[in-house]
Amino acid sequence: METDRNDILVKTVGLKKYFKVSEGILHAVDDVNLEIRRGHNLGVVGESGCGKSTLGRLLLRLIPATEGEVYFEGQDILKLSNAKMSALRPNMQMIFQDPYSSLNPRMSVFDLIAEPLQMNKVYKQYDAMADRIYELMDMVGLARYYADSFPHELDGGRRQRIGVARALALNPKFVVCDEPVSALDVSIQAQILNLLMDLQDELGLTYMFITHDLSVVKHISEEIAVMYLGQCVELASSRELFKNPLHPYTKALLAAVPVPRLDTGREFSVIRGEVSNPIDPKPGCRFAARCDHYDPQRCDLPQSLRDKGNGHMVACALCE
Amino acid sequence: MDSLLSVRNLVTRYETDSATVEAVNDISFDVLPGETLGLVGETGAGKTTTALSILQLLPERTGVIKSGAICYKGEDLLSKSKEEMRLIRGACISMIFQDPMTALNPVLTIGEQIRESLEIHNYDGLSREQLDERVDELLEMVGIRTSRKYDYPHQFSGGMKQRVVIAISLACNPELIIADEPTTALDVTIQAQVLAMMMDLKNRLKTSMIMITHDLGIVAQTCDKVAIMYAGEIVESGTVRDIYLGEKHHPYTVGLFGSIPDLEKETRRLSPIEGIMPDPRNLPTGCKFHPRCAHCTARCEREAPPVYREGSHEIRCHLFAAEDANGN
Repeated sequence: METDRNDILVKTVGLKKYFKVSEGILHAVDDVNLEIRRGHNLGVVGESGCGKSTLGRLLLRLIPATEGEVYFEGQDILKLSNAKMSALRPNMQMIFQDPYSSLNPRMSVFDLIAEPLQMNKVYKQYDAMADRIYELMDMVGLARYYADSFPHELDGGRRQRIGVARALALNPKFVVCDEPVSALDVSIQAQILNLLMDLQDELGLTYMFITHDLSVVKHISEEIAVMYLGQCVELASSRELFKNPLHPYTKALLAAVPVPRLDTGREFSVIRGEVSNPIDPKPGCRFAARCDHYDPQRCDLPQSLRDKGNGHMVACALCE
Repeated sequence: MDSLLSVRNLVTRYETDSATVEAVNDISFDVLPGETLGLVGETGAGKTTTALSILQLLPERTGVIKSGAICYKGEDLLSKSKEEMRLIRGACISMIFQDPMTALNPVLTIGEQIRESLEIHNYDGLSREQLDERVDELLEMVGIRTSRKYDYPHQFSGGMKQRVVIAISLACNPELIIADEPTTALDVTIQAQVLAMMMDLKNRLKTSMIMITHDLGIVAQTCDKVAIMYAGEIVESGTVRDIYLGEKHHPYTVGLFGSIPDLEKETRRLSPIEGIMPDPRNLPTGCKFHPRCAHCTARCEREAPPVYREGSHEIRCHLFAAEDANGN
C-alpha cells in the first residue's frame, strides 16, 4: 500500500468553491475528495453547471478555493507563495474546450507555441526555441508549414492541436483537459483523442479529463468521477462504473446516451426535471428532486462517498 | 405511397465575388408521409444548406439554387413566388433551429412568439380567445406550464427554450418538420427528454420529419431512413437497417462509425478518418472523398462514382460499382 500512496500525483481534500451571487451562495464545488495516480487518467463527467470546469481550475489554482486542500506531489499548492506557485506551474497545464476562443487571433502558430516557452524563459537562444517549437508541432501532428499561419486559417482540429502543443511545451506532469473535443466534429474528435492517448503513453502524462460525453471518458479514462451539482456522487474504475453503475444519476446519465446501433435491446429511458442551481442547497442528496427512488427518511440526510467494494465509491443512501 | 417531399438533383451554391462555394451537389431524396429521414454529416457537409434550400431561406444574393426540383405534395416549390412560399413556411413545412438561445426573440414573451405564427397563418379566422387557447394547448403539448407564457426566453433553461421552439414549429400543424440539430446545444439527460417528446408528438400528430444531425446515436433512435452527406453529396442512403446492419458501406460511413467511442464495446483505439473535409470552394475531382479514402484508386480520382443499389440501399462508390458490374 505504501508504494501506492506515493504514486498519487494530485489529491484534493474537502475542496470547496463557493461563489456569492445575488440569490445567495452558489456551491459550485462542494467537498470534493479525489486522488489521481501518476500516469493515470481521471475522467470527470457531468452536465453543464455541475462544477466540473470549476474543479479543473481549482486543481491548477487558477482560481482560489474557498476551503480545502489541493496536493500536487505531496505539497499543498493552495498554501504556496505566488513565487513558488509560478515555479510549479510548468508542471501543470490545461487544454481548453474551445480552440476558437482560447487562441489569440493575432498570433501565428509559431508565436502561440512560443509563448509559454518565452514566458518561462526556457531558452536563451532563438534557434534552440525554434527547434523545440518544430519538435512540438511534429509531436502533435501539425505540419511545419503551418508555423506562419494564423488560427483563423486552420480548421478546429488543427487549432486544438495548437492548444495541445502549448500545453505540452513545458513538459508538464499533469494536464487538465477541459472538454478538449466537444467543439469538434466526430472524425476530428477521434483524431484528437488518439493523439492525447498517444502523448500520454509517450510522455507519461497524468490527465484529468473533463467532459459531458460518457462515451469519451469510457474510452480514455481508467477512473471516472461523476459530478452532480458540485458534488462527486460516484467514483469508480471505468470498467466497474459502466458495468455496474450504482447512483441513480449515473444510471440515468448512461441510459440517456443515444447508442449508434439498432436492436440494442436497451431501454431508452428519460429522467424528469432539470439540473437546478446549487444555490444555498439543503443538506441531503441534491439529485433527490429528480430521483425515482427518493425516500425523505434517508435521502434528506447529508450524503458522502462510501466504498461499496473494489474502490467503487457512491454517495447514495439507498445503495446498500 | 406518394412522397410528401421529393428533392431531385438539387444543386445549391453560395456565390460571392471572390469564390463559389459548392455547398450542395446534385442530391436527391424523398420523404414519405409520417416518415423520419436522418440527414447525417459533419460540419460543412451541406445538411443545413439542404434544409434552407427546401424552405428557400438561403441568404439573398449569395445563396442560389442552381438546378434541380423540390416538390411538396406534387407542387414545385422552386416555381413559387415569395408570397406563396410564406404561406407554406410554418404552415406546411416548419423548422426547428439548432440553437434555442438565438432562435427566440429576447424581447417578446414566449406566448407572443407562439401566437405570432398562429396569427400569420390564421386562415380559419380564429378569434383572440381561440388563439390563446391554442397557445395554451401547444405549451401543454411540449410540457410547459401555461402560466409561463408571460415569461421571456431568458427565464427558461436551454431545454425549456428548445421546447418553446418546438411548440412554435408545431403551432400550425405542419406536415413536415425540418429539425436542424435540435438537441446539439443540450445536456444528455435533457436531450433524451426533448427527443422522447419530439418522437411522441411526431407519432401522435403523424408528422414527417427531416432530422439533421451529426450524431449516429440519435439517428438510430429516431429515424426510419438515413442519408449520409459528405461534401454536398449523399454518399450513402437507405433504411436505418441498411445503414446500421447492412454489410456494404461507403468508406466514409465506415470512418464515421469508427470515430465514435462506443459505450457498450471495448475499444482501445479509435479508427478516425485521416485528413479533413475538403474546401467547398475547391472540391476534389472524381469522388469527393478520395483524398481521405484508404481504398482510393486512379479511377476514384478521375470519375465521379456511380450509384450502387441493393434494394433500398444506395452507395456512391467505385468499390461496389465494379463488383456490381462483375457480378452481373
